[in-house]
Amino acid sequence: MGVDFIFKIAGIGIIVAVLNMLLSRSGREEQAMMTTLAGLIVVLLMLVREIGNLFETIKSVFRL
Amino acid sequence: MSVVQIVALALASAILAITIKQYRPEISLLISLAVGIIIFMSLIPHIRTIISFIESFENSANIDFKIITPLLKIIGTSYIVEFGSEICKDAGEGAVAKKIELAGKILILILAFPIINALFETILNILKSL
Repeated sequence: MGVDFIFKIAGIGIIVAVLNMLLSRSGREEQAMMTTLAGLIVVLLMLVREIGNLFETIKSVFRL
Repeated sequence: MSVVQIVALALASAILAITIKQYRPEISLLISLAVGIIIFMSLIPHIRTIISFIESFENSANIDFKIITPLLKIIGTSYIVEFGSEICKDAGEGAVAKKIELAGKILILILAFPIINALFETILNILKSL
């Protein structure tokens, strides 16, 4: 929870971007699309846990 | 987390978000969302001390109507609404951001009703006692 979390997401983003470019250059458009979606889903899964954590904390702090 | 760390973290992730924006704009949005979460989570202990500090005042004032709870609810609601609407604005969805703000305003108004009632009652009591 912290800087490494952000660098993890950025790393995944860069890897997905590079893979996407490689695959689209080599003619496999649909696989490029697949890797993009896969990277997005992985990042979203990591982030959803943190968002849920944040909203639980806000509820407990502000007694919502 | 000191203020220097927070600003450094924010700047680093802003740069990361910009570099990734041209290739994968959705992931750069998620980076800015992650920074928002991390910075707010690091502020939670300070917010808790502020709230307990204010509560100590309220207990000592021993007024019957607890004003702190609805006030905290309003502050919490406004923070979540602002968090969501700013992320939507970053994503370019201005209309969705405005809808979130509209919902937030209505919910805050509902939360404020008890306070308004208490205010009117106290005013009426004062007028009667004149």
